[in-house]
Amino acid sequence: MIEIKAVKKSFGDLKVLNGIDLTVDKGEVISVIGASGSGKSTMLYCINALEPIDSGQIVVDGVDVHNKSTDVNKLRRNIGMVFQQWNSFPHLTTLENVALSPRIVLGKSRAEAREIARSQLEHVGLGDKLDVYPSRMSGGQQQRLAIARALAMEPNYMLFDEVTSALDPELVGEVLDTLRLLSDEGMTMLVVTHEIGFARDVSDRVAFFHEGIIEELGPPAQVIEHPQSVHTQKFLANVR
Amino acid sequence: MDAASVFTGFQFSDLRFLADAAGRTLLISVLAISIGTMLGCVFGWMLSVARIAGDATLGLLLDVFRSVPLIIQLILFYNFFPIIGFNVSPFTAGTIVLVFYTSALVAAVARGGIDAVPLNTRRAARSLGMTYWQDLRYIVWPIGLRAVLPSWAGVALGVLKDSALVSVLGYVELLRASQILITRTQEPFLILAVVGAFYFALSFPISRITARLERRWQYD
Amino acid sequence: MDYTFHWRPVFRKLPDLLQAGLVTMEVAILAMLAGVVLGLILALVRMSGMRSITWFAVGWIELARNTPALLQLFFFGFGLGAFGIHLSPFLIVLCGLSFNNAGYLAETFRGGFNAVPPTQVKAARSLGMTATQTYLRIIIPQVLRVVYHPMTNQMVWSVLMSSLAMLVGYRELAGETQFLASKTYRIFEFFLATAIIYYVIVKLIIGGSRLLSWRLFRY
Repeated sequence: MIEIKAVKKSFGDLKVLNGIDLTVDKGEVISVIGASGSGKSTMLYCINALEPIDSGQIVVDGVDVHNKSTDVNKLRRNIGMVFQQWNSFPHLTTLENVALSPRIVLGKSRAEAREIARSQLEHVGLGDKLDVYPSRMSGGQQQRLAIARALAMEPNYMLFDEVTSALDPELVGEVLDTLRLLSDEGMTMLVVTHEIGFARDVSDRVAFFHEGIIEELGPPAQVIEHPQSVHTQKFLANVR
Repeated sequence: MDAASVFTGFQFSDLRFLADAAGRTLLISVLAISIGTMLGCVFGWMLSVARIAGDATLGLLLDVFRSVPLIIQLILFYNFFPIIGFNVSPFTAGTIVLVFYTSALVAAVARGGIDAVPLNTRRAARSLGMTYWQDLRYIVWPIGLRAVLPSWAGVALGVLKDSALVSVLGYVELLRASQILITRTQEPFLILAVVGAFYFALSFPISRITARLERRWQYD
Repeated sequence: MDYTFHWRPVFRKLPDLLQAGLVTMEVAILAMLAGVVLGLILALVRMSGMRSITWFAVGWIELARNTPALLQLFFFGFGLGAFGIHLSPFLIVLCGLSFNNAGYLAETFRGGFNAVPPTQVKAARSLGMTATQTYLRIIIPQVLRVVYHPMTNQMVWSVLMSSLAMLVGYRELAGETQFLASKTYRIFEFFLATAIIYYVIVKLIIGGSRLLSWRLFRY
């Protein structure tokens, strides 16, 4: 369970998170929508301790993420993250990209790590690209590689930060299909996205961010089909 | 001037003398490049971590080594050691100066390599649970190395050639040896050609290999 | 520490040192100008693909880049002396530095020309520009932008390398310093003062180049 309690964060004078409360239950898929700069991505970074918070608390499986004594490296193993820019490691082949962290972070043997990598790459449909360098693959393939890389750590949670925003339109589908697959398998996911259709079809709940707070939260049938807040209505009218 | 008269003053033992000197050029270069590179990588890392504070302190200090002619640095240090009560050999003084000179050049290169790794790539590594040092070792080092290897090779070859300047302290490396021979044999052209060929034979293949590596490492 | 520093001789000779600093600037700038002209010719010859002259350009470039600058200076000194050609110390330094600068700058220029996409020429010609207009207005400005920073570095190198002149008997800043130091035996003091002067010269070049680049490159 991820519990976010009254989290605030500013960059200088700019308040990015202005009191966020959100609980993600096991097996739940929550889509986070909202305008650019409303703090959605920052929240993901904070959950993974890639950014510090100013006040409040984030608790993952009973561990206080921003407590000084928390081992963030151990914490991050449990939380997979995929970024807008896929950030594949350019100097490693597809297989090596996925096998690296199981080996050096989890301490698996080389053979074990490669086996994990192979099965995860097959999982996301890249079984035929094992020895290819990322630069030779499309954005959609690199993004699926990034998903496999995160899955190889066998995380309990997956965070997705606008993973289709940098893709050419024809490549969006294959990545969303992979996300659907994970959701069907019962993965707990927090998905920051601009794909309203995906949010409606796949998520259990949808959170609408506006200027650093969660303005509206509920099942897609409510938030997307019958939004209550003026801001939500305006946002949805604009993206449709 | 015919070929026979060119070879008169130059004896077989002179070749031996030149070879020994070439060995000393190699020795002092390899020492300076290896120690200077290690030191330079540490400095470069410190500069990339400390940013503005680093530029204002360490960066400023290292900049001096790049803004004063090496020959002046060598003479200064060689004459500075006796002042603080140490008598050092030309070899020691030359090596120390070359090490710091190299480290200053490498520091700039290393910093460029670290900065060449996108912040988001490092974030991705950390999000997989890698520690700071694992990120440096497995992500930043290999990516940065590929990015700046040609620049580093340029620095290393520069130091190999610049090591000729240690001759001003009286250390008999290759160029100094050639001067001694020229004075004795009065055959400057032949000897300079031999010495030039030696430097060329060492430097040219290395610059070619790194250029090839650079092309191959375009990640494909 | 029983060494006593004596700074008075240095201060007394400071005008001489500064004067020598001007000589250093002069020879470095002249060698740079010659290097730019020769380097441009070498780059164009190398890119021309004419086998009969390419080898000459490649030979020059690779020799300049792969042997010590001091060796190159010696070549113009007693190397040419072997053929009965005796250059003055000033000419030895000027020729040696120009030879070296030209070799490095040729590669810089070649990289600069390669950095401009060939479609730029097509685009300019399609607008009705002549070949000359295309080069002067479209290509050269873009090349200049690419080579500007490396050229500044080469100018700094030109100043630093000119100190080798002291080893062939030319009295620019380093040579003058050696002369004064050996006359007064205040080696450390004189060379420290000289190191500072070199540092200032280099900083002036870099600062000046930065100021100029703000004016030149607004895009």
